[in-house]
Amino acid sequence: MSGSAVAAHGAVARAGQDPAVPLLSVENLTKHFAVKGGWLNRSGGLVQAVDDVSFNVRSGETLGVVGESGCGKSTTARLIMHLIARDSGRISFAGRLVGAPHGLSRRDLHRQMQMVFQDSYASLNPRLPVATSIAFAPFIHGLGKAAALKRAMQLLEAVGLDPLQFANRYPHELSGGQRQRINIARALALEPRLVILDEAVSALDKSIEAQVLNLLVDLKAHFDLTYIFISHDLNVVRYISDRVMVMYLGKVVEIGPVHRIYRSPQHPYTQALLSAMPSMDPRRRTLRAPLSGDPPNPISPPSGCRFRTRCPFAEQVCEAVPPSLLAVAKSGAVACHMRVAGSGHSRADKAVAH
Amino acid sequence: MADAAVLPADANLVLNRAQQGKSYWRRVWERLLDDKLTLAVMAVLALLLVMVVFAPWFTVHDPYTGSVLRRLKPVGTLGHWLGTDEVGRDLWSRMVYGGRMSLLAGVVPVFLALLVGGFLGILAGYMGGLVNSAIMRLTDVLYAFPSILLAIAITGILGSGLQNTILALTISFIPPIIRISESVTAQTRHLDFVEAARASGARPLTIMRYHILNNVLGPILVYATSLISICIILAAGLSFLGLGVTPPSAEWGLMLNNLRQALWVSPLVAALPGVMIFITSMCFNLMSDGLRQAMDVRL
Repeated sequence: MSGSAVAAHGAVARAGQDPAVPLLSVENLTKHFAVKGGWLNRSGGLVQAVDDVSFNVRSGETLGVVGESGCGKSTTARLIMHLIARDSGRISFAGRLVGAPHGLSRRDLHRQMQMVFQDSYASLNPRLPVATSIAFAPFIHGLGKAAALKRAMQLLEAVGLDPLQFANRYPHELSGGQRQRINIARALALEPRLVILDEAVSALDKSIEAQVLNLLVDLKAHFDLTYIFISHDLNVVRYISDRVMVMYLGKVVEIGPVHRIYRSPQHPYTQALLSAMPSMDPRRRTLRAPLSGDPPNPISPPSGCRFRTRCPFAEQVCEAVPPSLLAVAKSGAVACHMRVAGSGHSRADKAVAH
Repeated sequence: MADAAVLPADANLVLNRAQQGKSYWRRVWERLLDDKLTLAVMAVLALLLVMVVFAPWFTVHDPYTGSVLRRLKPVGTLGHWLGTDEVGRDLWSRMVYGGRMSLLAGVVPVFLALLVGGFLGILAGYMGGLVNSAIMRLTDVLYAFPSILLAIAITGILGSGLQNTILALTISFIPPIIRISESVTAQTRHLDFVEAARASGARPLTIMRYHILNNVLGPILVYATSLISICIILAAGLSFLGLGVTPPSAEWGLMLNNLRQALWVSPLVAALPGVMIFITSMCFNLMSDGLRQAMDVRL
């Protein structure tokens, strides 16, 4: 794209990248939402939506994020996108701290990081033809109107929609799958390096979901992208991810390569989550409910390990000491006392031995 | 981006089409013209407007000079085919000239209230927080009075006359327009596409211009159109009460008031100004319905 300011910017940023530096680095990210009390009772409490979350995303990988609803997956995404302000924590992109005096500005961050939302209809302006929606971001970043529209056309083609047929349509004239393709095109319009997909395929029916997933895989290779893929669908996460991060009540409980997580989950919550996955093999039916009850109230989460109230192996140490996320022998990291030798949990030594 | 790979062969054709694409407002206009009832209503209103603006061309008699000899002639009298009023003035002439005042007092306050109320409401809805609280609490104070009482109070203080009527009605229509604008804007602001626009790095004013305004102006406009009919009735009501336009000016509400005593003598003549108020406000109501339907692109 000759003479395009946005493209030139991307090229500069991409050149000279040290492969050892993670593309996105999140450290101690915390967000507590104030719960509105009554008019007279101001102290409604704080929802600990995201509490001390740290992780890295490497350039070119897909990081899957799983967990029950309300565990802080989407809040984490919005915090990284700077759509909501964080309470504390540091976010750096390609080695540059975001929002720091000599770091990356939010506007520059948004050029390199984009997001696709779950609700394909609500995330498109109903009053604009879809090509205009796609062209909006390049346009406000300084590309001329005609050039921005031209890019929208190319992106429509790239996401598998005929520009001649679709450019002038309005969101309500499209199916859910087509709309989500438009949303993906819109996210790619600034040529970002990282795309956050927040339940991007969850609302689609199964056959369309598969098509869009394959499109995402193709686009990733074509545009050299990195994904953060948030979903509650464990099968989909397994298909698309290189690494998986498991969250519970605003905390990361386990993170690791997809094969390791799915073959030998280390955290009891991950184990329970995976055993709840419907199996294709009738001989491996789920025999009992792996987890009972709802997650505890995030306003006053349990002391120590947040999972202990539902954990079959909970002991005294789990109530007293919050486990920290520590590297495990098999790769990745887990936050469980059972996996740390000498933690005081009766199963700790056994776990290390096997 | 691999340019050649994704560029459609007929890119220029596509580009031209995209730029020529029908805008949203053009679509609304076309749908409005497809709606026969709305079209008819707009024609009636247009005719009324032309008649009122070029009143001298449509009338023979002077609306202000009457003759005691020709008092309260019935409908169908030779030379005065709509009859004459209680001082012998031609009713048709007074009806046409009265439309000037009635339409002015019906449309101008809503237009002014739309400008002021729309601005404040959208501001409150988009900014939220303290700005919102300040604007909305002030609105609540005005809202505490029914609009007719508020208008009566204001004209009572300022005195009668067309200007004061317009001012009073403008003030009494600002609160409902603020409230509608605020709620529509606040709803739109939390939709994902605004979030997506923020995620693309757009500044608040840019988002306002490209994503908020085109979603909120429609509903606000529809609501304001529906207020015109109420405003015409209120303006007529103020004149009827002697707080609006003063005699001998012609105004439908005032004419209704003056002809009230003649209701038993010449009922048809006495009812005619009321019929005009009814038709006009009905037309504006129907037009706002049609506008709402045309703007709902999903239908």
